Amino acid sequence: MKAGTKFALGAVLIIGSVGYLMASGIKQTGQYFLTPSELAQHVSTDPSFYDLGLKVGARVVRGTVSKDVASQTLSFHITDGTVNYPVVFKGLPPDTFTDSVEVVVEGRLQRDGVIHATNVLAKCGSRYEAVPKA
Amino acid sequence: MPLLGTLALWLAFLVGLWGAITGFVGGAQGRADLQQSARHATLALLAALAIAVISLEIAIFRHDFSVAYVAGRTSRNLPTFYLWSALYSGQEGSLLFWAAVLSLFAVLAQVLTSRRHRAFLPYVAGVTSLVATFFIGVMLFAPANPFTRLPFTPLDGSGMNPQLQNPGMVFHPPMLYLGYISITIPFAFAIAALLTKKLDTEWMVAVRKWTIVSWLFLSIGLLIGMWWAYVELGWGGYWAWDPVENAALLPWLVMTAFLHSVMVQEKRGMLKKWNLALILGAWVLSIFGTFLTRSGVIASVHSFTESPVGYYFLAFLVAAVAACTVLYVTRLPLLEAEATLESILSREASFLFNNLLLIGLAFSVLWGTLFPIISEAVKGVKITYGVPTFNFVNIPLGLVLLLVTGIGPLIAWRRASTANLKRQFALPVTAGVFALLIFLVAGMRDVGALLAFSFGAFVLGTVFQEFARGARARHRQYGEPTWLAVFQLLSRNRRRYGGYIVHIGIVLLFMGFAGMAFKTETEATLRPGETAELRGRDGHLYSFTHLGISQYNTLNRYVTAALLEVKRDGKAIGRLRTEKRQHVDALGNKTFEPSTEVGIMSGLRVDLYVVLAGLVNGTEQAVFRFTINPLVWWVWFGGFVLVIGGLIVLWPGGPATGGTTPPRSQAGYAVKLEPAQ
Repeated sequence: MKAGTKFALGAVLIIGSVGYLMASGIKQTGQYFLTPSELAQHVSTDPSFYDLGLKVGARVVRGTVSKDVASQTLSFHITDGTVNYPVVFKGLPPDTFTDSVEVVVEGRLQRDGVIHATNVLAKCGSRYEAVPKA
Repeated sequence: MPLLGTLALWLAFLVGLWGAITGFVGGAQGRADLQQSARHATLALLAALAIAVISLEIAIFRHDFSVAYVAGRTSRNLPTFYLWSALYSGQEGSLLFWAAVLSLFAVLAQVLTSRRHRAFLPYVAGVTSLVATFFIGVMLFAPANPFTRLPFTPLDGSGMNPQLQNPGMVFHPPMLYLGYISITIPFAFAIAALLTKKLDTEWMVAVRKWTIVSWLFLSIGLLIGMWWAYVELGWGGYWAWDPVENAALLPWLVMTAFLHSVMVQEKRGMLKKWNLALILGAWVLSIFGTFLTRSGVIASVHSFTESPVGYYFLAFLVAAVAACTVLYVTRLPLLEAEATLESILSREASFLFNNLLLIGLAFSVLWGTLFPIISEAVKGVKITYGVPTFNFVNIPLGLVLLLVTGIGPLIAWRRASTANLKRQFALPVTAGVFALLIFLVAGMRDVGALLAFSFGAFVLGTVFQEFARGARARHRQYGEPTWLAVFQLLSRNRRRYGGYIVHIGIVLLFMGFAGMAFKTETEATLRPGETAELRGRDGHLYSFTHLGISQYNTLNRYVTAALLEVKRDGKAIGRLRTEKRQHVDALGNKTFEPSTEVGIMSGLRVDLYVVLAGLVNGTEQAVFRFTINPLVWWVWFGGFVLVIGGLIVLWPGGPATGGTTPPRSQAGYAVKLEPAQ
């Protein structure tokens, strides 16, 4: 076999594994990113969306945040203007988490209609003028 | 001052246009007068932009809050240190900073390029002027003018985001920018080579140092950025595959690929098309990254706010890609290789695989960054490509790349013989297997970490063997003692042995990355006097005793600090403090949300990382998060070694003559990579 052919085989192997890794990576670890409305719509047509790990991007409803510092539980409501979901999060919220901030909630919507979050990311407020990387 | 700044911008814009026109026309028609004018234009551009930068700094230091940019980014009580960095802490200022640095590089490229490469210079002036003009144009027309006045003058500015008030943020952006921007110089030479059809290896020799400069600055910028994320953001890690981070990593990966494959072209006259494409690609990715972080297309934790600036970048990107592609495709016939691959067991082949892996990594990072958009467009549902997905794909690729890092230097150019391979691989493979066994016996079961340590030992074995053989050869020939022989090796063959030092740095970085597999974490609510315990994976039991809370005002903030006594297996090893900071303006009003100052005790084995999450109802009872991060110190040390290696490669002066130049046909370790300079 010629060196060029051998190299081509190696190249196909590498490119193939990159592709395979990406495809199976998304299958195993990719998550839906939905708005509350989209989530409500999906849940109503397909109950498998309950207890499925996903991310929900929305805004915290002003005045719904309650923190129990001792048990480190945070509960609040999120909305995209039409649909509203309660969220329970056990852990420390990021510094930027406040009333009415935009958040990405990572977790599972359970049958009781509450999103049990495993992670809460807060989008920095309007005054946040970024880290000028890039 | 603001007026002067705006005038300087307009002047720069016109001068830049002139430089672009005279550069291209002068080059094409061979008119010396126009070429001269283009050179002068780069100087004038630098002068005009320098005036603009100085005007903005003066406005910042004088607290001239009639300027929107100054009012929006700084305040009277902002520490002086951070007034400097206010220049690039926002959209408009960073565009100005970018253009100014580019014009500086443009002048350096004109001045420092040796006479042999003069033919390229008019085009280089043309390309750099054109790119700079684009940036100035965005400032003037988007508009993103840093000198825009407010209709009124506020008493005080709104201050700088607390997360940017960190020493890392003073040095990280300029370093990353220097890397990002300096890619334009090799890119300009590549375009010049394409236009002049002087596509031999000549132009690459002219830009080789520039590519290392970009790579080095990008590396430093990335490392400081990681350090900043680690000490400032408080989530316990240094890399989260955020789009902004990815945007900086992409050109770094492509530049790394180029630095390796360019050797194949110099040595064997192969890969011409590939190398040219890498340079063009690295530059396009740098503009793409700028677009990504400024357009709001991809939600990122730390991107710039949405603005029309993104559209300008998108248009520029599309035009640049189209122009590059057309130019590249029309010149393809001139880029035929002078040799073919002779054996799969050759240095060339190992460089090719190294390149494929690096580009594969870059592609997966790019794909992951864009995946939310792609999935929404194709399937109608946004699917995230999160940290687990990135790790799933990139950790295996990274490990194979680490393995290839050790293999490459062991294989001869052209064709390696079996006897030669045995001789070369014996020691490094032994080192790798030995490390694997030691960690297995020690009870480590994490496959990724085991492979990282084993491959790391293999690479270190390779580097050690290279140095040892080189030093022994010198010892035999010149009777030099070992230390002198090693020093001479480094100084006479900087590119090769400096490169090996970089490889050592990479190994240490991987060790540090692997350490993250053994992170342990706990959260606790403690009253003063109470203690939380956490067992690290290094086998030690760490205890943290809450000593109390102190609250005080300093500079521009109210500080709530918690002090903790730290013990390892019952023995006191020191104290940690962690803070919550509430920044305020000069009148004492709160600005921004409270920010966290992490308490870190760094060691060779583990970092103890403590975050104060808050106080319970204003009492001294406090909520903490304790994290034990193994081996993080090695990430910073590895980064340091990598930078040192890069500096050795970059150190001016060619290899001294009179050294040993072994015949090329010998094993890979004895081959000099430098062409005559």
